[in-house]
Parts: sequence; structure tokens; C-alpha cells
Amino acid sequence: MLAFIIRRIAQSLFVMVAVALIAFLMFRFVGDPVNQMVGIDTPQEEVARLRESLGLNDPAIVQFGRFVWDVLHFNFGVSYQFRLPVTQLLAERAPATLELALTAAIFALIVGVIMGVYCALNRDSWLARVFQAVSLVGVSLPTFLIGILLIYLFAVILGWLPSNGRGQVVKIGEWWTTGFFTASGLKALILPAITLGLFQMTLIMRLVRAEMMEVMRTDYIKFAKARGLRTRSIHFGHALKNTLIPVITIAGLQLGSIIAFAIITETVFNWPGMGILFLKAVQNVDIPIMAAYLMLIGFLFVIINLAVDLAYGLVDPRLRVAMRA
Amino acid sequence: MSDPVISVRNLCVEFVTRRGVLRAIDNVSFDIAKGEVLGVVGESGAGKSVTGSAIIGLIEPPGRIAGGEILLHGKRIDNLPQEDMRRIRGRKVAMIFQDPLTSLNPLYRVGEQLIETILTHTDLSPSAARERAIALLAEVGIPAPDKRIDGYPHEFSGGMRQRVVIALALSCEPDFIVADEPTTALDVSVQAQIIALIKKLCRERGTAVMLVTHDMGVIAETADRVAVMYAGRVAEIGPVRDVVRHPLHPYARGLMGAIPTLETDAERLTQIPGAMPRLSNIPQGCAFNPRCDQAFDRCHVERPEPIEPQGENVEPGHRVACHLYTGGEGAR
Repeated sequence: MLAFIIRRIAQSLFVMVAVALIAFLMFRFVGDPVNQMVGIDTPQEEVARLRESLGLNDPAIVQFGRFVWDVLHFNFGVSYQFRLPVTQLLAERAPATLELALTAAIFALIVGVIMGVYCALNRDSWLARVFQAVSLVGVSLPTFLIGILLIYLFAVILGWLPSNGRGQVVKIGEWWTTGFFTASGLKALILPAITLGLFQMTLIMRLVRAEMMEVMRTDYIKFAKARGLRTRSIHFGHALKNTLIPVITIAGLQLGSIIAFAIITETVFNWPGMGILFLKAVQNVDIPIMAAYLMLIGFLFVIINLAVDLAYGLVDPRLRVAMRA
Repeated sequence: MSDPVISVRNLCVEFVTRRGVLRAIDNVSFDIAKGEVLGVVGESGAGKSVTGSAIIGLIEPPGRIAGGEILLHGKRIDNLPQEDMRRIRGRKVAMIFQDPLTSLNPLYRVGEQLIETILTHTDLSPSAARERAIALLAEVGIPAPDKRIDGYPHEFSGGMRQRVVIALALSCEPDFIVADEPTTALDVSVQAQIIALIKKLCRERGTAVMLVTHDMGVIAETADRVAVMYAGRVAEIGPVRDVVRHPLHPYARGLMGAIPTLETDAERLTQIPGAMPRLSNIPQGCAFNPRCDQAFDRCHVERPEPIEPQGENVEPGHRVACHLYTGGEGAR
């Protein structure tokens, strides 16, 4: 088990170095950072001095080493457009995005699993058919359209929920802000979380449904029935646990993409998170923010993947043996 | 014979498909007494397993019991509400499946699966259930059961897993057990052990057994009586020695002739020409008539009912469904 963890961590480190390399290459090849900092009338000597002082004349490998060193100290440089440290900019906006993504993921997982299980067990009921049809809509409609439709229905026509922003937030500790403890914060969270989670929810629902129907046909379920075990135990003990193994992988990977692709939802709902920051950075060629965002998302994906692999071992005893080997 | 544990009376099972209704089991009747082993043989698709599933109440849609009765100790169980039947399954009637590698839930320890089954059907405390589980594992011949009880199925070999499956099936001391090809997936050397184990445990407990198998050797070795099934019908049923030594039905004779023996010096084994008809296309009259070399006019028209043949030198209880023995024209 320990060897497995160490091996996986080594692989993760390798991935992170590769991501860092790509992020670093953006500085080198996407525009000239010095040009972004100086004005048109800055004398050439000044530019050359700045270039020297930023270390841009050093060999690439030295620069890369310096970049990695800075990254390890959470130093992603200064944003070209805001003239503020990137770390500070991201830290200010991270809570908004993480809270949104987490809420969306939990919504997708819980509702998706419940609907999937229901559809698998009551395949021919009308409600299952409705779920199936709804899931088709969820899979095929683009996120921004769902967001706009929800805003139109619940914010414009019904006026129940706010259409943009985070509502009132409460500060926790040094830099974390949360909307979980205020009524307006919670209300503001509902629409964006549904928008962001809907696609994943339908995906999970369809996956759970297909997997569970497969599991219900297996011999060990038939044998469990032949032993007269209670239906509840067969469905939710024996069948669901076996169903969840593949679901863990997908759900884990989806959590990564929920965070990464919150950009669209944040734009539609004007949610003050990292996604909007990234979008502005792209528009203004603000490479330090783009690089830092890339590193952050890469890091989240790697961590989530690692957690998913370890979670396998907890659920499936057969894999514990494989991990030991 | 004392009162039968299980009586199957004119059982019919149908599968509703898009192309029409298929009759997988057609008018099947037999009894199994306490402590008796009924072997059921026949080709794939003859309805052996479906009969077992029907008795245990596990026919899945689109299948359904279309007629007949199943009686456990004289009480009908085929028309019970699902929840009542569930209480009977595992406690009164149990089933062993073909493939021990897939019969156990891979995510639960064998002990958990045993204890859950015991707790479902008895009032034992969890610790008493665990003790009973260990005793059961010991009884089915698993070494160091107090340690192995915490093992996962993948930590057991195929033969050991089938022993666990047997322990599970017998955990609440059922009166009747369906063993659906319990050794087909196992090594030949292990098969004999498993068969001997099932036989021993059922004899000790007086459990009635329905042993479904392809293997005539297993039947001859284990069963008290044997039923030969063909196209969802019972072609011949009787005491095992009588049926094996003096098969009456042309199909049964063909089956026995297809068993290699060391005593005779035959160059080739006898074959039954043709294949079993598809359920959608069972011929009129006797289902076997297209393949039967002794078929006559009546076989194409009238379906033979199982009867004890008169004049033949057979033991009592040996019945055959064949016009050769019903008297009249063409009969011997």
C-alpha cells in the first residue's frame, strides 16, 4: 500500500513538472512580458535593464528552475493588468469558485445517484422515463443556455432568486469568504450550482443507471435474492456498493472539470470567482494569471486523481492486493 | 414414500417475447421427498434451470409461471406475495449456483455475507450468528474457519468458494435446495469433493435436493431418482439405477448411449441426430419426434403423458412419456 502511494505521488510530481513546463513556456512564447510592462516611450536601455533585472537573459533552464522555485513558494509573479501579486488575486477569488464547485458537485452526486438508482430499479415507471428524458436535455444543452434559461425563469419571471453575484458573504479567518451562512449567499448559490452541476448530474445518473442494471443481473445478486435477503439490503448494500466503483472515478474526475470549467457559469452569473479572473486574463494577455491558473487546475486534477485511486482501495478489497504488489 | 417436501404439479413457465409467448416449461410434475436427491438431466435449454428458479420463486420478467402449482410441505408457495416468498427463500428453500467465482459479492467478507443471511432469517445475536458462521465454514471443510471468515471471496480458490456458497445456502437449514450445476465450473478433481459434500450435508440434515447437471456420472453417483428433461417436458423419471440401466424413452436411451464406458468396446459413441427444437418451434405431438428413429404416426399428433409402462420390467415410480409404452398401434 505504501509503495503504491509513493509510486502514485511520484507520478503526480512528474505530471506537475510537465504542467509547470507548459505554464513556463507561455511566458516565453505568448507575447513578451517586458512589452506588457513598459510604455511605448520607454527608452531601449531601460527595457534592456528591466529585461536583465527580470532574469530574462538567463538560459531557459535557469529561468525554468527559478519559475519552479517561485511556484513552490506560491509566488506566481505580478499581474500585468492589476499590478498586484497573482497569489493574492487568486486567493481572494478561490473561495467563491471552490464553494460553487463543491456545492455543484455535491448536488450532482447526490441527485445523480438517487435518480440513477431509481431509474435502474424502476426501469419501466413513468418517473424513470421522465428522468431519462430530462437527463437527455441536461447532456445536450450547453451550460450557458441552461444558466440563461434558469435566470429567465427564476430571476426574471418568478423573481425568487438573484441572477448574479454571491450575495452577502462572511469572512472566515485570514482570507476565506463564505456565502454559506447568509440567506442571500445561499440563495445566490442555488442557480449557479444547478447550472454548473446539471451536466455532471445527468452524466452520473446515466452512469449509475447503466452500472446498476448491469450489477442487478450478476450472479451474486441472484444468489443474494435466493438467500432471501431483504430487498433494501440487496439494492442498497450489495448492488449499490458494486455500482459505485466506476462512479467514483467519473465523479472524481468530474469534480476537477467542475472547478476548471466553472468559467462559463461564473461568466453567466457574474460570479466573482477565479473563472472570471481567468477570462479577463485571457482577454488582456495577463500571462502570470493564466500560468498560475493552469498550475492550480493541474494541481487540483492531480490531487483528485490521487484521492480517487486511494478511494478505490477503500471500496474494493480486490484492489488492495494489487496495490500491495 | 413419505410426504414429499416439494411437489411440482403441472408446472408451466412462459417467457413473453416480442415474437410471441415461449413455453420454457410445459406441464412438468415431480415430487422430492425428505433426504432425497432428484437428479435433473437434459441438454442446454431443456428447462432444467428454469424449473429450479421457478421453485425458488426467482423467475425474472419477462418469464412467468403460467400454470400449475408448487407445494412446499403441501402448502402452495408459487402464488405467495413477494415478501412472504422472500422469507421462505434462504430459510426453507435455497439454491446453489453454477459459478462460485461470481456467486459471492466481491466487496464483502465471506463472514459478512454469512452473518447477514443468518441474521435475516433467525433471531440470533450478531455474535451467535458469527459463531454459527464459523461452525458452518468448518462443516463445509474450510480449514482455519475462524480466520478465513474475515477473508474476501477473491482470497479463496474456486473449490473453496463453492464450499462457502454451500455454507451460505445451508446456513438456515433449508428443507429443500436446488443445486444448479454446482460443479460445472470446477476442476474435475474438485467436482467429486463438492458433490460428496453436498450429498453428505443434505443426508445429515434430511434436506431434499434437486441436482441439475449435464453430468450423468454425477447423477449415477449422487441421485436417488433422476428426471430426464427434453424441450421443457419430463421425458422420463424414475429410480436412478433403473433409468440408467434400462432407459425407456428413446431420448433417454440416446443419452445413456452417449456416455463413454470402459466395459464396452464400441468404436464410436452413439449420437442422437439433430438438435433440440427451439422453444418457438416445438413440433406437435411428442417434442422428440423429429429426432426419434422409432416415431410413428401417433407421435406426430398426440402428446404423450408420463405413465408407468405396463408389461415392462421396471421398478415402481419409473414413468415415461412415450407412445411406445402407451399401448395400441405401433407400440411394443
